[in-house]
Amino acid sequence: MKFNVNHPIIFVLVGIIVALVIAQSVYFLVKAIKRAKELGITKETIKKTVTSSAIFTIAPAIAILVGVVALSKSLGLALPWLRLSVIGSISYETVAAGNAIEAAGSNMSTTITDPAIFITIALVMTIGIAAGLVLVPFLTKGIQKGLTKIGMKDPKWGEILSNAMFLGMISAFLGYVFCDVGLVAKGDLTGLIPVCVMVVSAVVMAVLGIISIKTKIRWMNDYALPISLVAGMASAIPFTSLFGG
Amino acid sequence: MKKNLSYMDSVHRDGRIWGIVIGCIILLFPAILMAIFETLPDGKILIKGLIATAPMYWAVGIIEIFTFTPMLGAGGTYLSFITGNISNLKLPCAIDAMEKAGVKASDEKGEVISTISIAVSSIVTTIIIIIGVICIVPLTPILESPVLEPAFNMILPALFGGLAVVFISKNLKLSIAPVLIMLVLFIFVPFLDASTVGIMVPVGVIITVITARILYKKGII
Repeated sequence: MKFNVNHPIIFVLVGIIVALVIAQSVYFLVKAIKRAKELGITKETIKKTVTSSAIFTIAPAIAILVGVVALSKSLGLALPWLRLSVIGSISYETVAAGNAIEAAGSNMSTTITDPAIFITIALVMTIGIAAGLVLVPFLTKGIQKGLTKIGMKDPKWGEILSNAMFLGMISAFLGYVFCDVGLVAKGDLTGLIPVCVMVVSAVVMAVLGIISIKTKIRWMNDYALPISLVAGMASAIPFTSLFGG
Repeated sequence: MKKNLSYMDSVHRDGRIWGIVIGCIILLFPAILMAIFETLPDGKILIKGLIATAPMYWAVGIIEIFTFTPMLGAGGTYLSFITGNISNLKLPCAIDAMEKAGVKASDEKGEVISTISIAVSSIVTTIIIIIGVICIVPLTPILESPVLEPAFNMILPALFGGLAVVFISKNLKLSIAPVLIMLVLFIFVPFLDASTVGIMVPVGVIITVITARILYKKGII
């Protein structure tokens, strides 16, 4: 069969895998909602969880779509569609594809025409991130059981432990926001952009939280995170033109 | 109690089946392409590409299973490790959902809220990408517009600014040490940047858990 990066057969294959991925999510969604009702979680809470998760997802998902567009110039649409719909993350897939395309002596803006190179890039992207895919089915139960034991032995510590883990992740990303601040000493102000964006997002979040407590407007609190996310992202535009980028 | 156990056990059973089936198909995808286009991969490029990619991402991937699983819950883990984009989307989404529903990640209510949130997030992401792929021609100039580019580049600071306010304000005593350590590390260690933040997440988690243990034992938290 004559190869091209946008061959319909690649779209059919990717379509099948993406359909399976959606089916898995729907299956777990139905199962969890059923269990939530048995556990006495109110319909209103379930509905709120569904709508706020859906709304929160829109902005990051569009950013992922930007990754698909960036990769589509060299790899066509089907492979980036697959890679960014399953495993990986926008940062990983772009790096992995970049490494593989570079190893092939090509670049991100030249369309791959050799099927051997295309398949090699698909293999690098697939094998490179397969750790989670291969190991999760075998490790998750053990990890979960261990945690349940800790929680049962000392419930207060179990709760502090899970809060500490969330905070640990958040602290790493807060550190990352400041990673280029050192450049300011050399006259490069671009390192301030992520810091300012983070501050805007934090302030919006805090203000929404306070207003919703004072006025008892519930939706404001429910959608505070997606609102602060979009406000922070939007503020990046003026900050970038202010500090240069 | 028996019913609780059976829900969790069924999550593990179903998660494993789905994970193994979808995992095999994803891993087989390049092999199917080889058969269809009757071509073998280029060995040299493959090895070169894998050396540049696999060691770091396999190491990070293995550590991520141990750090993310306790936060995502079982159902959330089985879904997230298939659909990806965990730290920049699925986990913040689940954390926010649990926080708003007033449930703890450590019990079964947290497990189901996290699963609902991650399942919805996965479905919405997949649908948005499908719409994007179908409408790629009219969408490309918008998605690639230089005006919007900074907004898409700054998604992580915008996301974690909001999340930090919620969690730091609720765990002030516990936050001080890990946040300060991470700030110092990222500002003064040159190789810590966007490409290495994945490695620093487990480091941050370990530092915070040790801090929490000390403060808990001393009765401060």
